Amino acid sequence: MYVYNDFDEAFVRARVAQFRGQVERRIDGSLTEDEFRPLRLMNGLYLQLHAYMLRVAIPYGTLNVAQMRQLAMIADRWDKGYGHWTTRQNIQFNWPRLADVPDMLDALADVGMHAIQTSGNTIRNVTADHFAGAAADEIEDPRPVAELLRQWSTDHPEFQFLPRKFKIAITGSPNDRAVTRAHDIGLRMVRDAAGAPGFEVIVGGGLGRTPMVGRVIRDFLPKADLLPYCEAIVRVYNILGRRDNKYKARIKITVFENGLETFRDLVDEQFSTTRAQFSGVDQEILAQIEHHFASPAFKTAPTDGYEAALLANPAFRSWTDTNLVAHKAPGYAIVQVSIKKHGATPGDATSDQMRVLADLAERYGHGELRISHEQNVILPHVHKSDLPAVYQALRAAALATANIGLISDIIACPGMDYCALATARSIPIAQEIALRFDALKLEHEVGPLKIKISGCINACGHHHVGHIGILGLDRAGVENYQITLGGDHTETAVIGERAGPGFSADEIVPAIERLVRGYLALRATRDETFIETFRRLGAEPFKAVLYPPQEAADAA
Amino acid sequence: MTRFTPKVVTANALIEGDAVWLTADDRWTRDMREAELLEDEADAAIRLLHAQAQRNVVVGAYLADAKAGRDGPEPTHFREAFRMRGPSNYAHGKQVEV
Ligand code: SF4
Repeated sequence: MYVYNDFDEAFVRARVAQFRGQVERRIDGSLTEDEFRPLRLMNGLYLQLHAYMLRVAIPYGTLNVAQMRQLAMIADRWDKGYGHWTTRQNIQFNWPRLADVPDMLDALADVGMHAIQTSGNTIRNVTADHFAGAAADEIEDPRPVAELLRQWSTDHPEFQFLPRKFKIAITGSPNDRAVTRAHDIGLRMVRDAAGAPGFEVIVGGGLGRTPMVGRVIRDFLPKADLLPYCEAIVRVYNILGRRDNKYKARIKITVFENGLETFRDLVDEQFSTTRAQFSGVDQEILAQIEHHFASPAFKTAPTDGYEAALLANPAFRSWTDTNLVAHKAPGYAIVQVSIKKHGATPGDATSDQMRVLADLAERYGHGELRISHEQNVILPHVHKSDLPAVYQALRAAALATANIGLISDIIACPGMDYCALATARSIPIAQEIALRFDALKLEHEVGPLKIKISGCINACGHHHVGHIGILGLDRAGVENYQITLGGDHTETAVIGERAGPGFSADEIVPAIERLVRGYLALRATRDETFIETFRRLGAEPFKAVLYPPQEAADAA
Repeated sequence: MTRFTPKVVTANALIEGDAVWLTADDRWTRDMREAELLEDEADAAIRLLHAQAQRNVVVGAYLADAKAGRDGPEPTHFREAFRMRGPSNYAHGKQVEV
């Protein structure tokens, strides 16, 4: 894993010292809020409904053991003993005091972490496939390139005041687990005809008010051209992007209004300049970075104990069925730790749970942890012989819920329980849906199903790309929930379609239940998933169960 | 002309960041029931200016709709109700602190 060099260390420390001075000047009155606000946002500090919120980047979702322990320490010392994992692979602390934030940032710097560019109109935390470096289907580990992008974009002098925020996601595998088509730039690793790895470059994707699936601007970009090409894209956007209207300022609108062809031509023109300017130093740096991401020394050991445990313990077996993913190394598995216990807040981990996860990574996981955009924690490298022990430890920490990919593995943004921009709450809806389907004992029967919930049109909860999306709105002073159907967050990304009128907070869980029971009745076979059934039949039969004719509803 | 609905002046505290309300005797309280209920539009505008001038005590002062309740002003919109109470997923914030 990447370790800060002297330059990184000095840079981050200098930023903390600078921000400490800014906080002092805000508190003593020499800075007004108008002056201070952009400064605090540059350092990831928001003011929310009940308190400040500090958003800390977890670059490409990768954490080491010391970092996870430090997050737990920070949660205990300056917050309320927990943290919230977000869909952009950040962690949010919901309760810091302004005066404590510089100390929190120093504590983060102690373990090579920061909150720089987690807000503001800059290039944000680069997100990546959470199975990077472990997945069986991967072409290459995308994290060295993600780290290169992080170094390039951090404090990039030309890109500190973009028209709007800018998000980059990267996957090293053809199966997209990083939602690259919903990002300003999405990078999907592919091979050219000769077998050399490079990137399919996607531009202009995004959710929010005007959701759009990103378009391919380059079918194949050689790896070595990545930085100059990205620089060309962001440069064209910086010049062309609209600064007159906040709602039209994202690159998706720039590409849409100018047309992909024109945009591509302009990028190519810039690219001829940037490519010449990049003298190859980026490739030297990349080569150094790659050393940091060498695969761990995988062990070989018998897996008989694991096989025996599968037979002996049905709960363990059920957990392995849902929560494990194929690893590239023989005898290994990728462990997905569900942070979605039924009835708990999606993505919230207590400091004790963080320490348990750190201990497990240290003892059984080659020291690595990942945070997924689906708000779960991953132990990417666990040998199968260690799985029974890992499972027992997770169980003891209330972390062994066997529900990854199922209906209760819900993405939910903080919504109006925390977020100042929210129009309705998300968390209680997620909690109720999970509890309802757990009580019905239906979720394994239902099988793979992605529910994603956002508390406002900004769509941090990715509702547009949920198989079932839920958007919380304020309708005449009452919380109201709108359902979208048929969204897809993978390489075949689709924006879901609105089902119809919204539901009140009391009606939304029964509505979801109708929808899911409707699916069970509609599916052709037990193996046909919700999204497959939806694709086969279209939205109509689902709308019919969602909005039954009045007599049927009265009789029910 | 639309009728003026009663308001309270509210903001977030500079250091803690939590919700606070302006009282009639010029304090910032964490208990909304102690807030001054402003029934007159001109009064409300002046009280808001007074609040906004306290730049080193509070952030983002604004007028929020409220109504008279048994023990003092009460919110009329759910957002203000949540600000008064705290999040619904944990017993944190004002619901346990005030
Ligand atoms: S979707 Fe809206 S409510 Fe949810 S976190 Fe984003 S801005 Fe806040």
